[in-house]
Amino acid sequence: MALIELKHIFKRFGWLEVLNDISLEIEAGKCLVIIGASGSGKSVMLKNIVGLLKPDYGEVWFSGHRIDDLPQRALMKVRQRFGFLFQQGALFDSINVAQNVAFPLVEHTSKKPHEIAEIVKQKLRMVGLPDVANKMPAELSGGQRKRVALARAIALDPEVILYDEPTTGLDPIRSDVINELILKLQHELHVTSIVVTHDMNSAFKVADRIVMLFEGKLIFDGTAEEVRNTDNDQVKRFVLGEASLQELQTLETSENI
Amino acid sequence: MATRFIARVGQTTNNGLAAFGDFCEFAGRTLLWLCTSGLKWKSLRLLLPQMYEIGVRSLPVIGITGAFIGMVISIETFTQFKAIGQENRLGSVVFLSVVKQIGPVLASVMLAGRVGGALTAELGTMNVTEQLDALRVMGTDPIRFLVVPRFLACLLLTPILTIYSDITGILGAWFIGVKVLGVPSGPFWHYAEHGVELWQINEGIIKSFFFGAAIALISCYKGFNCGAGANGVGRACTESFVASFMSIIIMNFFFAQIAQNLYVGLFGARSVFG
Repeated sequence: MALIELKHIFKRFGWLEVLNDISLEIEAGKCLVIIGASGSGKSVMLKNIVGLLKPDYGEVWFSGHRIDDLPQRALMKVRQRFGFLFQQGALFDSINVAQNVAFPLVEHTSKKPHEIAEIVKQKLRMVGLPDVANKMPAELSGGQRKRVALARAIALDPEVILYDEPTTGLDPIRSDVINELILKLQHELHVTSIVVTHDMNSAFKVADRIVMLFEGKLIFDGTAEEVRNTDNDQVKRFVLGEASLQELQTLETSENI
Repeated sequence: MATRFIARVGQTTNNGLAAFGDFCEFAGRTLLWLCTSGLKWKSLRLLLPQMYEIGVRSLPVIGITGAFIGMVISIETFTQFKAIGQENRLGSVVFLSVVKQIGPVLASVMLAGRVGGALTAELGTMNVTEQLDALRVMGTDPIRFLVVPRFLACLLLTPILTIYSDITGILGAWFIGVKVLGVPSGPFWHYAEHGVELWQINEGIIKSFFFGAAIALISCYKGFNCGAGANGVGRACTESFVASFMSIIIMNFFFAQIAQNLYVGLFGARSVFG
C-alpha cells in the first residue's frame, strides 16, 4: 500500500492554475524525485503533501488516513511524522545551531536536557557537522545551513523527509555532499524521501523513481533509466537543458524591442 | 466607466472585509491558545525574554517622552492659570491630563512605534525566510509559539508602562511648575491629589490593557501576512504602526465617551475647580 497518496489534486492562485489533476502514489521507503521547470508547481505539490497549502479540490492521504481536511491541531500531530528541508534551510536565526536542532525535541518530547543534547550531537554527526553546535546560523555557509536544517528535520526520526530543492545555490561538490546525505539517511533511517529539484545530477543519483511536472500536470513517471531513454520531448529537453524554439523566439522578440 | 468604478469599490470593500475577517480569526486563535496553553510552562518560558524586550527596553523612551510632555503641559497651562490668578491649581489639571489621556495614549503610541514595528519586522522576516512554515511543518503552531508570548507581554506591560509614563509626566510637570515657574510645592500636590479620583487613574490603566492588546495583535498579524522580500517587510512595518496608532486613537475616543457617561451616571458631573 502507498504511504502517501494524492488523488486528483487541483490548486490555483488567482487565475494561475498551478496543479491540475495530480494523482500520485508514493511507496514507503523509496525516494521519489519531482522534477520540472521553475514555477511548474513542484514546491506547491510538496506543501500540499504536508498541509502547508490545502488543495482546492482533491485529497491527500497519509498512512491510510485522509489529512488534507484535518483541523489544524490534528494536522500538527501528523506533521511530526514528517521532516521538511526548506530551500534556504529556514533555520531560526535568533538561536544557535544546537538549539535549532533541539527545537522539535523540546517542543514535542518530554526528554531531559542531557538526552536532548545527546540526540543533537548524534544528528549533527550524521550530517557531518559535529563542531558547529554553538555557532549562529548567520555564521554558516549555504551548504552547512542546509545540513543543519537536515539535522533538525530528522531530529524526531520522521517517517518521511521532504526536500525542497536541496542542492539549489550550492557548488557541485557541496551538492554532491547533500546527495550523499539523502542516500545515507534513506539507507540508515529507512525513511521515505520526496525530493523536489531541477538538478538532474542530483535526481539521477538519489531517485528510485522520477516524476516530471509540466504546466501543472504530471507528464512523466518512471525510473532514472527510463528518464534517460524517454522519447518524451519535454522530458528530453529538460534533462539536456535545451530551451525550446518557442522560448528562443521570445528572446529574439525581446531583442527586437 | 461607472461600472468599472463600482466594481473597484466592490472589490476594495470585499478585500477589506476579508482582511478584517482574517484578522478576527487570527485574534480568536491567539485568545484560544492563550486560554488553553498560555499558562503552561512551555508558553511561560517564552514570556520572560519578551517581557524584557517589550518592557525593560522601552523604559528609557517612555520615561523621557512622558517627562517632557509633562513639562510642556506645565508650561502651557501655567500661563493660562496665572492670568486668572489660579496658578496654585496647576497640579490638578496636569495630573488629570496625564493620568486620563497623555500617559496611556502616549505610552501606547510609543510602544506601537518601538515594539510594534520591531514585532512586525521580526515576524515578517521569519515569514519571508520560511521560518514560520518551518515551525508549522515541525508541528508547532506559530501563533502559540510566537504570538501568544508577545501578546501576553504587551497585555501585562502596557498598563505598567502607562503608570510609569504617568509618574514621569507628573514629575516633569512638577519640576517645571515648582522648580522653574515658582508654583509652591504644597498647593501643587494638594490640588493634584484633589483634582483626580481613583476612577480617572483606573480609567487610564484599564484602557491601556486594550491598547496593548491591539498593538500586539495588529503588529503580529501584519508580520504574519507581509508581502515577499524586504519591500514587503518594510511596508508591513509602516502599515502596522499606522493601524496600531489609529486603533489607539479611535479606541481612546470610545473609552472617553463610555467612561464619561458611566462617571456622570454614577457620581454626577465634577469640575477640576470644584
